[in-house]
Amino acid sequence: MANIPVEALSGNRAQPYPGAPDNWKRFFSFSTDHKVIGIQYIVTSFVFFLVGGLFAMIIRGELITPEANLVDRTLYNAMFTMHGSVMLFLWSFPVLVGLANYLVPLMIGARDMAFPRLNAAAFWMVPVVGILMMSSFFVPGGPSQSGWWAYPPVSLQNPTGTLINGQVLWLLAVAISGVSSIMGAVNFVSTIFKLRAPGMTFFKMPVFVWTVLAAQIIQLFGLPALTAGAVMLLLDITTGTSFFRPESGGNPVLYQHFFWFYSHPAVYVLALPVFGVFSEILPVYARKPLFGYRVVAVSSLIITGLSAIVWVHHMYASGTPGWMRMLFMFTTMSISVPTGIKIFAWTATIFGGKLRLDTPMLFALAGVVNFVFAGITGIMLGSVPVDIHVNNTYFVVGHFHYVVYGTIVFGIYAAIYHWFPKMTGRMYYEGLGKVHFWLTWIGTTLNFLPMHPVGLMGMPRRVASYDPEFAFWNVLASLGGFLLGLSTLPFILNMVSSWIQGEQASHNPWRAIGLEWLIASPPPVENFEQLPIVVSEPYGYGKDEPLVSNLAELSESPE
Amino acid sequence: MKMRLIVTLVGATILLTLASLWMGQQAYSWFPPEASAESKLIDDLFSFLVALGTFIFLGVTGTLAYSVLFYRAGRYDYSDGPPIEGNVTLEIVWTAIPIALVIWIAGYSYQVYEQMDVRGPMEMVHLHMPETMPAAYAQPLETGGLPSAEIAVQAKQWAWIFHYPGPGGQDVTSTELHLPVDHRIKLALTSDDVLHGFYVPAFRLKQDIIPNKTIDFEFTPTRIGTYRLRDSQYSGTYFAAMQADVVVESPVDYQAWLADASSRVPSPAYNRASFEYNRSAEQSVVRGWATVPPAPPPVVNYAPKQAPDSPPA
Repeated sequence: MANIPVEALSGNRAQPYPGAPDNWKRFFSFSTDHKVIGIQYIVTSFVFFLVGGLFAMIIRGELITPEANLVDRTLYNAMFTMHGSVMLFLWSFPVLVGLANYLVPLMIGARDMAFPRLNAAAFWMVPVVGILMMSSFFVPGGPSQSGWWAYPPVSLQNPTGTLINGQVLWLLAVAISGVSSIMGAVNFVSTIFKLRAPGMTFFKMPVFVWTVLAAQIIQLFGLPALTAGAVMLLLDITTGTSFFRPESGGNPVLYQHFFWFYSHPAVYVLALPVFGVFSEILPVYARKPLFGYRVVAVSSLIITGLSAIVWVHHMYASGTPGWMRMLFMFTTMSISVPTGIKIFAWTATIFGGKLRLDTPMLFALAGVVNFVFAGITGIMLGSVPVDIHVNNTYFVVGHFHYVVYGTIVFGIYAAIYHWFPKMTGRMYYEGLGKVHFWLTWIGTTLNFLPMHPVGLMGMPRRVASYDPEFAFWNVLASLGGFLLGLSTLPFILNMVSSWIQGEQASHNPWRAIGLEWLIASPPPVENFEQLPIVVSEPYGYGKDEPLVSNLAELSESPE
Repeated sequence: MKMRLIVTLVGATILLTLASLWMGQQAYSWFPPEASAESKLIDDLFSFLVALGTFIFLGVTGTLAYSVLFYRAGRYDYSDGPPIEGNVTLEIVWTAIPIALVIWIAGYSYQVYEQMDVRGPMEMVHLHMPETMPAAYAQPLETGGLPSAEIAVQAKQWAWIFHYPGPGGQDVTSTELHLPVDHRIKLALTSDDVLHGFYVPAFRLKQDIIPNKTIDFEFTPTRIGTYRLRDSQYSGTYFAAMQADVVVESPVDYQAWLADASSRVPSPAYNRASFEYNRSAEQSVVRGWATVPPAPPPVVNYAPKQAPDSPPA
């Protein structure tokens, strides 16, 4: 790198290096800059979040009345299949990979990811996955209608008899998404192990980096199982093998093991970085160090380990023998210990602090509250006798939406608001942010809380029609669903208008401690002209100690 | 100061405990009626979990709310809070308590599961604890002179068919599941095509049905009435329509019903999936995507001609 002045407050927000595509077009190019790729991931996946949300609103529209009268049953089944698939494979995973992509190199003091081209290649597979998924609406028979689990034998039934059908496209999309995620995981783990700045030991890394490491290790050991299961299912459909085909001796339950061996840990792939986000944001807005930093950091890896040995709790009702039910009940419940440690640590972090309730803090606090609730219903589901009643009911749907929406989406919103000034060099509008927060929280509660009582009453998930006794709670949930759809409008308005004409942000508007806050907003290409030399643990709020020993060289730019 | 802290903590704990016990009692009202011996066990366990969960939820969120209310930075106060980085004693306590709770909850759940004993002896591998629990059999099978034979449950896209051994050894079929109250019921679950789930919310019991496999399932209905059986494992297009009535009746009524059913000539029963499929085949404008065609309405001895009409729970 040549000597480049780092201009934190220059009027020109373009990334100042010679010959760089210094305009919005760089986001449509095969850029290898981790910051460009991070934003590419975030924006692309947000588009699919809106698509998946539209499907959800069609689902909630159908369920506002007991009869199946809004859409045909096949269309309804396609809707919940595609809602789940899009929300997971095209929103939750890629948006968090995007955040990690943007933040991890900055937080560990690296100039880029370990393999920048691999990074770009992994991103550009996401639009391919999206196009494959969406194109399944235009093939005979329509998209996959077997749910996002794609359990055989239903997923093997192919009523149109054509080779190119929705299920085949779905499986191809999932397999490509898996390859993309494995490429990302290799990159993250290598980056975190090899590219840390001088002095950045493991116990000086921010917890977000710990959680990304923990999550990406899960991708490495878990995804091969899902990908293998998907390929076997693809062979069963297209070439007539019978891995899972019962009529010719296959075992459909075997697929469930392949599927859940990855897809339960996958929840932690999503949740862990969000725990990292909470651990980053709470100390900043409470002006106190993260309580029990080392334990919180290590508990992430304990979650990684435990996540590999709990998958059968999704299969308590699947003809699973009693001893296996009991074994997995114990392992499942034990996950509450490391997650409990995190929750208590966050609580202790803000206790006695000096709180400022800006939008990121509001989303983080509400995310923690929702997560406590989801954790409690999770323990209930882990208990075999209770699960025998509520398995495959709306109680489960309510539980995991408290996780994926109440916790993970809240964490994502918190992160986007918190790092928005860093990413764009502009401040967002606080008022719009608060409107967005309250609409989202009320919508979430109204949408997902009623699913618990209706599940206890015995309403199965995935039904297009239901008995009138469930109508009351479903009306509430549908209203909440439409409110959540509405809640994205102030967010989009805020993001677009702030990026275009928001107030200029300084290099550290939150007075936060962290390497990313020592450099300009937005950071220059390759981030650090001089690599920082880290001398302190993160979160030194109230301690008045320097984070790096060469601060002067880092910020010699005009302030 | 110290004294005041202790009083506050004790007071908060008492309040939380009362609220939690109250919520635990409320939990019973969130369920359908308790119509099986197993449902009582599960409701008690769930009530316990609700009470415990309420305590934890209110404890954590109460502390968060207290912080949000009373530890706000002043408008121009840009100072930092106290640099407390941790407290080893506290961290050990909040690791040890969850471990103890997990062992307690899992142990209690294990005991309840042993008592339920819902899977047939062929499938069940007992991991007996030192004190084994007596199973929750309301009465031994043979009482009342009832046939102790199994009822075979046949699931297919999208119909339930129940097979009873008739008085003369013939196969008596029905699309309504009739059961004698207070007797241990043994079901043999089979599927003709895909995965299905046998789920009666009033019994709190559920079991997936797997093609090419016969799954034994047992339980004890304890309350006379009509309840709803639903398919709980997604089975394709008409999944939601795959429902049936479960009629729990006195042994005398049950015997009379069985005798009556066995004397009837088989006829096609009402089947919602097939009804809807035929109706949509007549429509030419709005049609969904191609679907696996539903099986024709089952031809059974006891063949209700209308949709299941169990009362709301």
